[in-house]
Amino acid sequence: MHFSDIFLKLWHAGLIQKGIWETVYMTVLSTVIAYLFGLPLGVILHVTDRNGLRPLPWLNRLLGFAVNFFRSIPFIVLMVSMLPVAKFIVGSSLGNSAMIVMLVIAAAPYIARMVESSLQEVDTGVIEAAQAMGCNNFQIVCKVLLAEAKPSLITGSVIAMVTVLGYSAMAATIGGTGLGQIAIVYGHQRSKPDVTWVCVLFLVVIVQIIQAVGSVVVRRSDKRVRQ
Amino acid sequence: MAAELLKIEHLQKSYDSHVVLKNLSLFVDEGEVLVVVGPSGCGKSTLLRCINALEPVQGGRILLRGRDIHENEKNLPKLRQQIGMVFQSYELFPHKNIMDNIILAPIIVQKRKREEARQEAMELLARVGLENRANDFPRQLSGGQKQRVAIVRSLIMHPELLLFDEVTAALDPEMVREVLDVLLDLARQGRTMIIVTHEMQFARAVADRVVFLDKGKIVEESAPEAFFSRPQTERARRFLDTFSFETVRKSG
Repeated sequence: MHFSDIFLKLWHAGLIQKGIWETVYMTVLSTVIAYLFGLPLGVILHVTDRNGLRPLPWLNRLLGFAVNFFRSIPFIVLMVSMLPVAKFIVGSSLGNSAMIVMLVIAAAPYIARMVESSLQEVDTGVIEAAQAMGCNNFQIVCKVLLAEAKPSLITGSVIAMVTVLGYSAMAATIGGTGLGQIAIVYGHQRSKPDVTWVCVLFLVVIVQIIQAVGSVVVRRSDKRVRQ
Repeated sequence: MAAELLKIEHLQKSYDSHVVLKNLSLFVDEGEVLVVVGPSGCGKSTLLRCINALEPVQGGRILLRGRDIHENEKNLPKLRQQIGMVFQSYELFPHKNIMDNIILAPIIVQKRKREEARQEAMELLARVGLENRANDFPRQLSGGQKQRVAIVRSLIMHPELLLFDEVTAALDPEMVREVLDVLLDLARQGRTMIIVTHEMQFARAVADRVVFLDKGKIVEESAPEAFFSRPQTERARRFLDTFSFETVRKSG
């Protein structure tokens, strides 16, 4: 059978479309939820640093330890160890809701570190200028730090989303769905490498689209360079 | 007699074991232009940074109209609004256009209406000849233009005291003039200013009083004419000598 035949067969069965949708849905939703935790966490890590706006060494060390703790567990191990947590939060340790919980637990600490490093890129001189004008710390975070780090934050979010996409395929090993599941269950376990290749093709296309859109948004938001 | 606006009493500042300012006392009257000169590393910039609490101090007091700037962190944003500061490297927000750079603090700190702030920003920009650059981004401006925007950005807060930290040190010679002209104009309006500079001709023209700082101490404090033509101390004489050159004539 030709590659195109395999592709058409999968397409007509609606399997590929479903896989793409599930992968995109899991990736986007997990990344967004992970940012709800990771962004404030990254801001707190930056602000409470020794040289930050509001140095709080004990809090910085505590959060830094927690972030490092979760980041040091390989995703596949994290998934199986967090099954009870997923069950507690969404009522089941199976299915895509449980997978989203895992993805958020894995991605949020990673995002926190990326946000922290984006904020570090903001020139301390402009922070001091804002302080000299009488801005308080909250105003500096919202109007100066986050605003001036925007291109770097967007670059980070593209990297985070691609990473989450990669993790989402791994979730297939413990019952997640999407292109990863098709590749592993239909392709690998039933010895149909062509099916796997169809999935690879679509994963590549999705990543390219995320990256291309991200790059355009970054370029538009960076006012330091010619548009 | 003009009222005293700023009073510094026995200021001590050190980084770890390195003492930068030693028991420094100074006052600035309302409407006075004080120029601080001295060799690099003498503590001039540190002095300005202490005045609006960008640096913590180890001793002494800095009083703005009798209120201690370093006393309470809660009052700091309020006190800082009364002190405008312009930096050597402009420190404009690179991702905000010129207008947004200027109206950020009036809107979020002073809670002024956007339209009113924009209107005043345009008036101030016109005064420094940049009214047609409001929608540009900092990268599109020359160094001299950026520094004039930075001055406007501090003026719009209506500060009682303006601090200028070597504001022409990063500029090409031809752009120095356009910035110094703005400062001269502010002096003529009777603004209270502390200017740290290496432009001696300018210092002589703009100052009501000159303070010469060396190794964290005030070595000399006098009227500009007296300081530049008859420095009292050997140290000040040597410092001023570094700005003059003997003519070299090749014979033959």
